[in-house]
Amino acid sequence: MSDYIMSQIKRDHLLNLLADGRRADSRRLDEPRKITFETGVIESADGSCHLRLGDTEGMAGIKIIPGTPYMDAPADGVITTGAELIPMAHPTFESGPPDENAIELARVVDRGIRESGMIDVKKLCIKEGEQIWMVYIDIYALNWDGNLFDAANYAAVCALKTAMVPNKQYGFGDDMPLPITCLPISVTEAKIGNDLIVDPNFDEEAISSARMTVTTDDNGNFRAMQKGGKGSITRGDLSLCLDRAVEIGKQIRTIIG
Amino acid sequence: MSGHTDMTLVNDEGIRIDGRRCDEKRPIKIEAGVLKNADGSCYLEIGKNKVLCAVYGPRECRPRHLQDPTKAIIQCKYNMETYSVSDRKRPGTDRRSVEISKLISEALSNVVQVELFPRASIDVYIEILQANAGTRCAGLTAASVALADAGIPMRDLIPAIACGKADNHVVLDLNKEEDNFGQADVPLAIVPSTDEIVLLQMDGNMTREELDHGLDMAFGAAHEVYDMQKAALKKRYSEIEKKEGATDE
Amino acid sequence: MERKNARKAREIVTPGEVLADADECRPGDNAYELDGKIRAGIMGIKTYVQNAVSVIPLHGCYMPVTGDTVIGIIYDLGPSNWMVDINAPYPAPLHVSEVPWKVEFGDTSRFLSVGDVVLLKILMVDESRKIQVTMKDSGLRKIEGGQLVTIAHSKISRVIGKSGSMIQMLKNMTDCRVFVGQNGRIWVDGDEENVAVAVEAIKMIEAEAQLPNLSDRVENFIESRLPQSGEDEEDTDIPADREESQ
Repeated sequence: MSDYIMSQIKRDHLLNLLADGRRADSRRLDEPRKITFETGVIESADGSCHLRLGDTEGMAGIKIIPGTPYMDAPADGVITTGAELIPMAHPTFESGPPDENAIELARVVDRGIRESGMIDVKKLCIKEGEQIWMVYIDIYALNWDGNLFDAANYAAVCALKTAMVPNKQYGFGDDMPLPITCLPISVTEAKIGNDLIVDPNFDEEAISSARMTVTTDDNGNFRAMQKGGKGSITRGDLSLCLDRAVEIGKQIRTIIG
Repeated sequence: MSGHTDMTLVNDEGIRIDGRRCDEKRPIKIEAGVLKNADGSCYLEIGKNKVLCAVYGPRECRPRHLQDPTKAIIQCKYNMETYSVSDRKRPGTDRRSVEISKLISEALSNVVQVELFPRASIDVYIEILQANAGTRCAGLTAASVALADAGIPMRDLIPAIACGKADNHVVLDLNKEEDNFGQADVPLAIVPSTDEIVLLQMDGNMTREELDHGLDMAFGAAHEVYDMQKAALKKRYSEIEKKEGATDE
Repeated sequence: MERKNARKAREIVTPGEVLADADECRPGDNAYELDGKIRAGIMGIKTYVQNAVSVIPLHGCYMPVTGDTVIGIIYDLGPSNWMVDINAPYPAPLHVSEVPWKVEFGDTSRFLSVGDVVLLKILMVDESRKIQVTMKDSGLRKIEGGQLVTIAHSKISRVIGKSGSMIQMLKNMTDCRVFVGQNGRIWVDGDEENVAVAVEAIKMIEAEAQLPNLSDRVENFIESRLPQSGEDEEDTDIPADREESQ
């Protein structure tokens, strides 16, 4: 009913804490939640990962199937990313085709993977101009407690990292790992008042005015960004987000790398 | 259910391709209370099937025109994830999932005391993470555990399992190959306290004798599944107590 | 004899499970009779009260009962009412005639707006579960500041304790003001540190509601977190009166 209406009391409480530089779960402002994950959980998928970022929980599955290449890139594999915010994950999620939030989520994850060149699509050619491998990345939110952007990114990266191209199934020889070149890692922050906090949970997202996602590669270069939400961020905010994305991206790479 | 294959589904010793006897069900794992946001939830594996179920409610019924002034409605959504099958499944609802959702919702409405919650909705979400024949039975079995876990008043749980026919043998709990190339598939769900049937479908070809034999096996197996459902629900609470007992020291 | 044992074991039962033979006793709450057996109608703890066997639910949603005091959150406004979320499957409209202020038609937002938290009483629940609530009774009002905690409503009785013993201890030891809504929402106000301890203690009561010696455990917990509690009485920076009286 009013699951998404936050009481004024809770809002004030969170804002009072933040004014002291504190968060309700006693994290530092630049501290992401704990990540736990398991790969290879779905045998019917060519790669999969069940990941938890705090209480946010999601599943990413990879399907790799032969298809026809695009005319303008006759030797390149194709990557497609989809995301579904299924009603299982939160009382406010509704069933039906992906809404704008799910589509934005899928596109931001897709951009990080695509623009970082994580998957070497040149190596996904079966016969130039005729047949290439199509890599489908499908992400399902199972429990939403904020920051689906990073949870989805990490789940997709872990699933891809462990995915196998099913050559055998289609008579092309032995299965091979997906050609992976680097790990694109996103770090998302929420702007609340004048503060920027890393990895916002549900309550923090609910009182935030803007969101900033920055994706870096292994070298700490920037490969994708997305600012979301109705509020604005300053040049100084951006600078902080970029610094933190590199720093925290490094920590997260050690966890999921 | 083609009924034709060169594959031997049941060998001369009466052993099936996954090593089971004809009257043997696949290994089952049930865990209650696995999701944080949902009011009740259940994770279930039977053989290679992996199913997750979440229950929300009773809550305000939306859309409003579905409200029943005398009782709660049970809205069920059965959904197969894209990577749950060998070919990638197109995302979204299809006619098959609409039918399965309807049958599961009707079966659950039979045991839930819906008249206690007029105008409300009880929402049941079933996600098939990995499919290997028998997902509607797995989904329904998980759904009734999730409903009980949500503290919803109900007169009983519902265990479900299929029987069928493959290579002229009556078999219990069909696997993928038997489902694809066998001769009949009969999913069944019952209310164990009364042995009433709340879900039953059939496709294929069976004689009266074969069907009776299959149903006998399925009823027996359903009662075994029921014991596992009960154990999963109780385990959840004994674990809570154990954990709390430990923090006490 | 047998009854005492059954209570001690605190047996958890699942829907449909046989509780007793029908000729031994009669079905109580959340139990039903079928073919000479009494069975559970919900998941919960099997209990005997006199010669009835019942099941106490472990959780489930809050169902409003006339006379209950609840804590609601305003989620919508109309020209002559507010819609209040009371943590139940049903919306609770609060009509302008049921508030302590004189509200002109279309002027509701001046008094209460979306997100505001109010202490209410359930005035009436009809058979199709349509609800009316009121703010016109002593102590009912808008509440501000402090913290709002939500727990399973089935654990509310443990937070209150036997004739209010638990809640009294909580208030005394933490020097906090505490309002308990029957719908599972609890409001705590006072010194910030003490409020944090009180909130933790409430969550502890919720998590350990089934365990014995709960009040001793809670007392020890608060003592370990607020060693000075109960002794130093001059520490009264509790906001005296924040009510909005119009």
